[in-house]
Formats: sequence, C-alpha cells, structure tokens
Amino acid sequence: MARDKFLTVTSTAVPLPIENVDTDQIIPARFLKATTRDGFGENLFRDWRYDKEDKPKVDFVLNTGKYSGAILLTGKNFGSGSSREHAAWAIYDYGFKVVISSFFADIFKGNALNNGLLPAQVSEGFLQKLISAVTKDPATKIRVDLEKQEIVLVETGEKENFDINDYKKECMINGYDDIDYLLNLKTKIEQFENSRA
Amino acid sequence: MAGKTLFDKVWDSHVVHEIQGGPSVLYIDRHLIHEVTSPQAFAGIDKRGLSVFRPQNTVATPDHNVPTMDQHLPIRDQLSRYQVDKLTENCKKHNVTLYGLNDPFQGIVHVIGPQLGLTLPGMTIVCGDSHTSTHGAFGSVAFGIGTSEVEMVLATQCIMQPKPKKMRINVEGKLSKGVGAKDIILYIIAKISASGGTGYFIEYAGSAIRSLSMEGRMTICNMSIECGARGGLIAPDEITFEYIKGREFAPKGIEYDAAVAKWRQLTTDEDAVFDVELNYDAADIAPMITYGTNPGMGAKVSGNIPTLDEIETGNVATFNKAMQYMGFEAGEELVGKAVDYVFVGSCTNGRIEDLREVAQFLKGKKKAPNITAWIVPGSKQVEKQAIEEGITTILEEAGFKLRQPGCSACLAMNDDKIPEGKLAVSTSNRNFEGRQGPGSRTMLASPLTAAAVAVTGKIVDPRTLI
Repeated sequence: MARDKFLTVTSTAVPLPIENVDTDQIIPARFLKATTRDGFGENLFRDWRYDKEDKPKVDFVLNTGKYSGAILLTGKNFGSGSSREHAAWAIYDYGFKVVISSFFADIFKGNALNNGLLPAQVSEGFLQKLISAVTKDPATKIRVDLEKQEIVLVETGEKENFDINDYKKECMINGYDDIDYLLNLKTKIEQFENSRA
Repeated sequence: MAGKTLFDKVWDSHVVHEIQGGPSVLYIDRHLIHEVTSPQAFAGIDKRGLSVFRPQNTVATPDHNVPTMDQHLPIRDQLSRYQVDKLTENCKKHNVTLYGLNDPFQGIVHVIGPQLGLTLPGMTIVCGDSHTSTHGAFGSVAFGIGTSEVEMVLATQCIMQPKPKKMRINVEGKLSKGVGAKDIILYIIAKISASGGTGYFIEYAGSAIRSLSMEGRMTICNMSIECGARGGLIAPDEITFEYIKGREFAPKGIEYDAAVAKWRQLTTDEDAVFDVELNYDAADIAPMITYGTNPGMGAKVSGNIPTLDEIETGNVATFNKAMQYMGFEAGEELVGKAVDYVFVGSCTNGRIEDLREVAQFLKGKKKAPNITAWIVPGSKQVEKQAIEEGITTILEEAGFKLRQPGCSACLAMNDDKIPEGKLAVSTSNRNFEGRQGPGSRTMLASPLTAAAVAVTGKIVDPRTLI
C-alpha cells in the first residue's frame, strides 16, 4: 500500500546528543498496549519528557521550546534493544521524518525504513558538526536529499553522503512498500516451497 | 572456494529471490507471534483483503502483558485484556494455532518454541520480538522482526533482509564452579559492548559452549541482541538431537532419524571464513553482574565498577549518565550493595534448569527480609515440571512463591513492576532505564547469583556460598 513519498526534507532539527538511546526510552513498554499504529507520538521519550505526575520536564529538549523540526539528531547506537516497531511509529507520529546518527541498531533501522522514516547514518565528526551548529543556532537548517543521498548544512554548504540500498531508496522515493513487492513474488514463493517438498 | 559457515548454509537455502542492490527475500519456516506486536500486522492484511498465506507455519501465544497471578480470572487491565482478546480473535479468523492463557502449552514464546519441538535445526524462525535469537541454540537462523515484517510473513511467508556479516565467538576451556551460561554471555557483551555485534550474526563455538545444555545455549543465543547482533547460533550436536527427541511437534520415528542425519550436516566448514573471530578463555569468566543501564556495562560480581580512567573517552558521558541513574559511583565495589527486589524468570532464564538451580541453592535457606522476590516460570510446562519436581515446595519453605508464566517484570507490561528507585537483581536481559518499571534500577545476573542475593539481601558472589 502506498506510503508518503520521501524526496527532500529541509528543516530545523532537534538535538538529542545521547548515545545508546534504546527503544525502551523511545517508547516504554507500558505504552505498547494499543492495537493500531496511531498516536504513539504522544508517548515518545515518555519518561524523559514527563515526570511521574505526567507534567512536562522543562529541561528535556522537546519541552524547552527552543528546538523543533522534522529532523532528530542523536548519538551512536540509536534504537538499540527491542524490535518494537512502535519506536519508529512514535518518532514518525511525533513529526520527525529523518533521524541522523553516527550508528543505528539493526532492527530499528529496518523498522524505520518500513515506515517512511529515514535513518541517515553519518560520520561521528559530521554528526558533531550538525549538533553543534544546531545547538548554537536553533534556526539552523539542514537539507536531507534522498535522491542524492546527501545531508547538507544549508548555511555553509557543508555536506556528507549517507548509504541506503537501492531497493529501499526506491521504495521511499516512490512510497512503495515491501508487501506489494512480495505479493508479486507469490508464484516464485510457491515454486520455492514445491522445490523443498 | 572457501567453505560455508553454518549461518550461510541455513540462510542460503532459504533465499527465494535476490533483489539487485537490495535485500534477499527469505523464506520463513516458523513464525511465532504474541499479543503485542501482531495486532497491527493482522489489521494490515485485513485492510488489504488478504488471508494468512501459510497459517500452519505460525504459532501464537500471549506472554508479554499477561498477569502472573490469578490467570484463571479475566485480565483486569483493560488494554491488556483487549490485546489478548484481539490475538485470540485474529488467530481464530485466520486459522492460526493459539496457546491461550491457561492452555497447557502457553508460555513465553521463546520458551514454548523449543519446549514443544517447534524449533528445529536448520530452520528460519522469526517473531516480532528481538529475543527470537534464542532459537539459534538449535542451529537455526532466528531473529526478531518489526510489525511490518510480521505482516509480510503473514501475507507471504517471506521477509526481506540484507544478509548480515558473520562473527564467530569461541569460548574454550572449562567453566569454574558457580559460573554458567548467563555469566558467559554477560562476559562477552561486557567485552564487545552493547553495539559490538551490530550488523553481524554470531556463531558461538568452542568447548565451553559445547559443554552447555540446550537451555544454557538458549540463554547465550537469547542475549545476542544485547550486543547488537541480529542473532546468534550454535551448531547442533548430540545434546541438541537428544533434547528434541520425543517433543510434542518434533519428528518421530524414522522421520526423526532422517531429520537427525540431515541436521548433522549443519556445521561450519573448516575452511569457512568469518568477518570477525573472537576467542575467550572460559577460565577467565567469573559470575557477572551489570552495574549500568545497558547490558554491555557488566563486571565480575566480585569486582568493582570501572573508574573513569578505565572508561574509553567516547563513552564517558554514557557512563556518567548511567551512574547517575543507578545512584552508583565510579570505582565502587559491587559486593555488599543492598538490594530490594529479585526477579527470576524471562525468556533468558525462566526455564526448568534455571528454577532447579535456584531451588537447589535455596534448599534449607531463608529469604532475606528486605527482599521481595518474584519467581516466574517461562511456561505452563515449566510450571508443571516445577510442581512435580517439588521445586515449588522448596521455594515456599525458603519464603518464596512461584507465580504463573509470562514475560512479567522483564519488561513490566503487566503489574509486575519494580517501584521507582528500587534496586532489582534480575535474571532477565535488559537493564535499560525504567525497563522494569518507571524509575526502577536493574542489575542483570545469573539465576544462581540472583538466588544468592535473595538470601543475603545484598550483592554477593555466589561462589562464597556454594
């Protein structure tokens, strides 16, 4: 089924310079009881965002009012831990379209790609450059161009390329999903089954 | 041409189609589902007007959010009940076998698969749960997937995956007394870090690994994900074949013999090449425990939390954040720290051998007054065995009570939550901030260490008590 097409995102960004952000921080298990994909953004980073009385913690980056945008900048090994796709849903539902890190956990990366959320991996040096530019001036714009596979610091023109496999790139640009592709392979799948019988 | 690894053999024989510049289309032999990560997948196929392509290849059980007390009563938590009901409804609609609450086969999905003979060597196995790596203990390629992929398997019995790189970890030598499978894997993760295995599939080998029972091997493979690896596997051998023999859904009679002959081929060729190979000495491994907020932050129980000088520069911020959360100091001794809760259970250590080990230690001893302990069997079958073997009686005499099966305090989706600020020693797999309840603090350890802590009320090296 068609998803939103992803071409280019030019936006301000939210810096979360923490390493090993695990999926229990992105969306704690107690919020996984829904049976639909909607509304998880409300509980994104729940225990960092709200105190036990459900009041916003004023010093958390999403609550300071200083930063906003469709890009999340974060430390290495982002999305480690559980396979819960709810983590990708929560980030996307909150309004992010891209997560930039120097290293992603495997399952999270796949889940993000399957939901139109781009996990863009850059060098540690470039990540630090982006984080410091955004921290210094929250109005800093970053352009993420999927076609060219590049991330550009708009003001200075500094850029770096990121990797994505050709198949996933095409899926994201055209809004295709894997199930459509697999359904077209049904005959081949059945042949495979018969060959093993 | 170089030989093939065990992983290559299983993976390659399941590739239906290769996408140029993209992932492989991989056929899945066994699909396990539970209540939390499947409802959106069923909704997806319903929306497309599809039915489950191969319902006989999927097995379902509720485990993540079920209560571990009074399972005969309706689930009190409305959302949990709805999720469990939804699983029942979806399975009925799509002819998927379900082991529901109170069914003799119900339990944690990764405990029941092997126990029922649903997990077999050479299979590809997936589940919407990262600890699916557990099943790799049988020489199968098993890994966790997201809900979109659950939907793919329901719709086509296939998923798309880029082939991971290969790592082999050899542990050679004899394990010392009081050191078990959990200590081996916590030791490995402490060595390579919580992200050291990312992008790899690990084969565990060496005499120390081969000496382990199937349940010990499952504990090792289970935590592969905690170093970032998608999965881990161990070549099947006589111990594997013996374990499988006679299990409910395992091949029987001549079919079993034929299967064993085939399974014997599932080894890594001598000239196969790994992208990374690591070697450890079993004699260097002592009882382990974690002190931080990711499973890579582990140390010998008898040792100290690292000092700041011992932490790599890039990791100082993470270390300090963890110390602040845990309320610990760099360089501090671990032994003697007062503990509030002990949790024995989970897909890592909720099997019968784990309960036996705990019971054997607890026999004739009493629980420390400051400890609240939750001992949760991994499945109805484990529970039944524990009752039959008198384990429940030993536990009760020591001041403990066996609860009912489920994931429980491992991820605290049900009522089994460690209260804010309390310190728990847990046989589960993750010590993330708030993992066992908001504000809870977790130290991961083996069942033996957990039992020793339950008796002394504080962190203790179990070797001093056995």
